[in-house]
Amino acid sequence: MAYPSQRTRLLQGLTVATVVLFAIALYLALFWVGPERTQGEVQRVFYVHLGSFLGAFLSFTATVVAGIAYLRTRHPKWDTLGLASVEIGLGLSAITVITGMTWAKPIWNTWWTWDPRLTSVAIMWLAYAAYLMLRSGIEDPERQRRFAAVYGIIAFASVLFTIIIVRVRPDTIHPVVAGPTQADPTGSFDVTDRIRDTLFFNLFTFAVITAVLIWHRIRLENLVQRVSRRKMELLAEL
Amino acid sequence: MSAEPTATSEKTQAAAPARAARQRPVTRYWQAVGAIAWKDLRAEIRSRELINSMVLFTLMTVMVFSLALELDSDARQNVVAGVLWVTVVFAGMLGFSRSLAAEHDRGSLDALLLAPIDRSALFFGKMIGNLLFVLVISFVLMLLLTVMFNISLIEPLLVVMLLLGSVGFTTIGTLIASMSVHARARETLLPILLLPVSLPLLISAVRGSAAILNEMPSEDWLPWIQLLAVADVIFLAAAYSLFGFIVEE
Amino acid sequence: MIEIRKLTKTFGLNPVLRGLDLDVERGQFLALLGPNGSGKTTLLRILAALSRPTGGTVRIGGWDLPAEADFVRAQLGVVSHLPLLYDTLTAEENLLLFARLYDLPAEERRPRVDAVLERVGLKRRARDVVRTFSRGMQQRLAIARAILHDPAILLLDEPYTGLDQDAAALLDTLLREVAVGGRTVVMTTHDLRRGHALADRIAILSRGKIALDSPCADIDPDALPALYSDVTGAATTR
Repeated sequence: MAYPSQRTRLLQGLTVATVVLFAIALYLALFWVGPERTQGEVQRVFYVHLGSFLGAFLSFTATVVAGIAYLRTRHPKWDTLGLASVEIGLGLSAITVITGMTWAKPIWNTWWTWDPRLTSVAIMWLAYAAYLMLRSGIEDPERQRRFAAVYGIIAFASVLFTIIIVRVRPDTIHPVVAGPTQADPTGSFDVTDRIRDTLFFNLFTFAVITAVLIWHRIRLENLVQRVSRRKMELLAEL
Repeated sequence: MSAEPTATSEKTQAAAPARAARQRPVTRYWQAVGAIAWKDLRAEIRSRELINSMVLFTLMTVMVFSLALELDSDARQNVVAGVLWVTVVFAGMLGFSRSLAAEHDRGSLDALLLAPIDRSALFFGKMIGNLLFVLVISFVLMLLLTVMFNISLIEPLLVVMLLLGSVGFTTIGTLIASMSVHARARETLLPILLLPVSLPLLISAVRGSAAILNEMPSEDWLPWIQLLAVADVIFLAAAYSLFGFIVEE
Repeated sequence: MIEIRKLTKTFGLNPVLRGLDLDVERGQFLALLGPNGSGKTTLLRILAALSRPTGGTVRIGGWDLPAEADFVRAQLGVVSHLPLLYDTLTAEENLLLFARLYDLPAEERRPRVDAVLERVGLKRRARDVVRTFSRGMQQRLAIARAILHDPAILLLDEPYTGLDQDAAALLDTLLREVAVGGRTVVMTTHDLRRGHALADRIAILSRGKIALDSPCADIDPDALPALYSDVTGAATTR
């Protein structure tokens, strides 16, 4: 049972395309769009910040879809998608937090503050880290997949909370770029045409990056499983 | 529940025409829920081991908090909501863990699963038992904090807050405890799994309770109550639809 | 009454049942023998609708498992090597709980509970907490629990585990009694002689398949141990 080489080639092509896309996106964010009027150069981090959050959101949405599909079909491929999307989502949301911190230091004069939005993102990250703990704590593989699917669905509550909290509590100092802003957050800026175009291109790029990374992670997991199956076979022959 | 025609019964019409008219022979939903909650209650009233140790635990936690935070009367006013909820959460986690571990280790969960009852009825039976337990703890805490911190917590709004918070927390706690009992390190896994998903609930409850205690205007606590109610509905729906997948093998 | 076709069950990569076929007719008492790890308990858990088969079909009383598990559950009584009782409740409370869960009509519950307690000889201990019971008494109560709703099929998983001579002899009599009246019984056991004495048919399970299936009348009880090690030989010589 060889890994389908056609699919591998497709993935390779997609990967190259993604690298090119990302290079363009970075060029737009770092050079093409001029420095922002009030915040200056540091505002450029915002494109990666929002892009990676979108990626994390898409990943965790994929986890929910994978969880529901697994519970319905019991096909292990959905579990692999669940695991892959959680790991990629964790990485991307870590990028969101780190870029946010580098921006916050000059703008808010602190790396971290216990603001509702920052707190809720931290909680979200912990919830998905707990997903990985759950997987490593359950031995029986079938039960592991089943519980992971259930917890992957429940953990999405923390993602929803991240999105809802700033609408419920306007006392956040975090700027709200999309949608109506009720409060007066520190560090808002005016969206010019160039900023908007750069933002959209970055968001698109991060959506593609997320999909490609998840695909790579799935492929890796399949290879790992093939190796362990082969190992079992060889051991059985001995 | 048992009255609604399901895909199962339609399918059997072809397979077993003689019994086609029979509906799913499932015990009435609330009878099953009641029977399971009743046996937990009966066992606890007889042994009282859980409630005794939890009341002591609560007492000690409050002592530790007041010593560690060196609370003067102003500070108390601000932190009392936090002390209340953190204690409820930790006492609750100990209770959930024990309630499900007992079923799991003695195999009695299998006995319940063998019965012709809806899987979610089994969940709500266990959850109601746990909820009563959390509510007793909360009530003891309210009295305790009122006496020891000299802040009146016996307020209708706060009781509503406690009810809403306890329902949500117990629902998600019972659901997650039924998974964590299968793990090797179940005592450490439960808080790791439960805290991040219940923190949104906890934050809403603490902020809301603090606003009520400080006699803030309604726009300061109403959104939290609404958020709690929404979270309760989401968690109840999730537990209703997901519990079956946890217990079946 | 029970029809099993090509039943498979794997835990992870480890196959426990490998294409098992078995039929049990109404009123038959089948003793299921086999070494540890041959899949006896797994098979019984699947029949009890506690575990899902990986492949193959299982029909009990005309209903498919696991799709129509609801229909099967009401006809099953199960006794396991664990007592499946609540040890802080009294014998009577335990049985009343299950009478409610099995939806016995309210006015029949108490007489029925009294009747089964009488039958297993625990009438005098009805109001004592189960924790104070000996192992043998707990096992008798477990049988009372299993026959409470007068099930058509009785599944017994190693019911003799941990019983002393007297308790085992008492259980023998009890099982003979409950097996009459058209009730189908499937019992797993390590005890070849007892299995032969109680049952009217013997099946030996080895490495996830039925290795031998024969009416008890055709087997000389003295020849059974030799026959047993013969068919399960591969497993015991290791």
